[in-house]
Amino acid sequence: MAHDTTHNDHGSATKRIWIVFAILSVVTIIEVILGIIKPEFLTQTYLLAMRLLNWIFIILTLYKAYYIAWAFMHLEHETKGLRRAIVWTGVFLISYLIFILLTEGNYIYEVYKGGHMAWDF
Amino acid sequence: MEATVVRTGTEGKTWGGGNEPLKASYGKMMMWFFILSDALTFSGFLAAYGFSRFKFIDSWPIADEVFTHFPFLHGVEAPMYYVALMTFILIFSSVTMVLAVDAGHHMKKGKVTFYMFLTILGGLVFLGSQAWEWNTFIKGDYGAVKTTGGNILQFVDTEGERVALSDVAIPIQGERVEHESNTGVWFESGSDLPSYSLEEVKAGFMQNENVLIRTQILTENGEKTVLSREESIAALNNDGIGIVEGANLVENEYGHPLFADFFFFITGFHGFHVLSGVLINIIIFFNVIIGTYERRGSYEMVEKVGLYWHFVDLVWVFVFTFFYLV
Repeated sequence: MAHDTTHNDHGSATKRIWIVFAILSVVTIIEVILGIIKPEFLTQTYLLAMRLLNWIFIILTLYKAYYIAWAFMHLEHETKGLRRAIVWTGVFLISYLIFILLTEGNYIYEVYKGGHMAWDF
Repeated sequence: MEATVVRTGTEGKTWGGGNEPLKASYGKMMMWFFILSDALTFSGFLAAYGFSRFKFIDSWPIADEVFTHFPFLHGVEAPMYYVALMTFILIFSSVTMVLAVDAGHHMKKGKVTFYMFLTILGGLVFLGSQAWEWNTFIKGDYGAVKTTGGNILQFVDTEGERVALSDVAIPIQGERVEHESNTGVWFESGSDLPSYSLEEVKAGFMQNENVLIRTQILTENGEKTVLSREESIAALNNDGIGIVEGANLVENEYGHPLFADFFFFITGFHGFHVLSGVLINIIIFFNVIIGTYERRGSYEMVEKVGLYWHFVDLVWVFVFTFFYLV
């Protein structure tokens, strides 16, 4: 049944929860601090047409998402099959959607910029 | 009954039936697949936000300048502290939820009740915070002038600090009349008058040499372009057609109207998820109290609503990044 996959002794499970809470809090605090001070060298450096700072935010977000899904949603105790059915489906479809929409958005930006139609008036 | 059972000779083999290869109950698995499809819906919204943002990449509002308020701190610039607080509230209610699930595994009814209660409380506090955030956003801050092209012009002083419409405008007597039901035979509701008319703002702007105009266009450094005094006068007189105060689905004093649309839609859809999460949690909470799961011998229902609740938290982590940080 479902919850014999999540059985370990009581103390270590709660300990794990508090450790994950600490990780999530620390990462959020780092994000907020970076967002407020916006270090010059991170906003001026570009990696793959995006500011380094934004890459850091996105990576930290995925890091938090990993802990929420694995520890809080117990994905780490589920079978490999269920985990893959959930994670790979999402990752594949979402990456595809993001790629196609951002490419299209950038194309329209170029059309506005290079076209003969004025839109700032 | 025995007689009707067909023996296939495959009992105990992998294809003999009755296997649970994913070792998860039906309900839990369906909750997971619902969450997966809901995640796709949210990614649709967030990717559409990204699409619009890339479309107007050089004129998108800067979130730090939009969300600068904190309750009881009037006039203090506090970018992001409030959303950071909201994020903590939601993460913490996730923690209490997972503690409730854990207590459920050990059949401790009292602990489950207590942690479920804290979770519901956290959810309600988050919803209240979001209502406050919406209220502040809708009311607006400094006000702006809108242009024929649907863009906005904001006022700054020579140091680049924002200046509110009320500090620019000079009241002109007897100019503005609000359209009311007793003034026409066929009354159709007219829009509310802004606090100041465009004429009043223009008159005040001409007299005040130290006020400049800031456009939506971002500079190389990611800041908004501030026009020179001459350019400002020209922009205000040639392009200005009206006043915008606050934000709604049609116009937005902070910049592009799409920003406000996506803000309302995405945080609204997320808030609706929080609301339904709280309601489901309340139902489960009372089921715990009356001992339904104690009798059933399993607190798996708590685990299932827990999954939903964590998902709501997971979505907020992404909304926080893409709306407020990036």
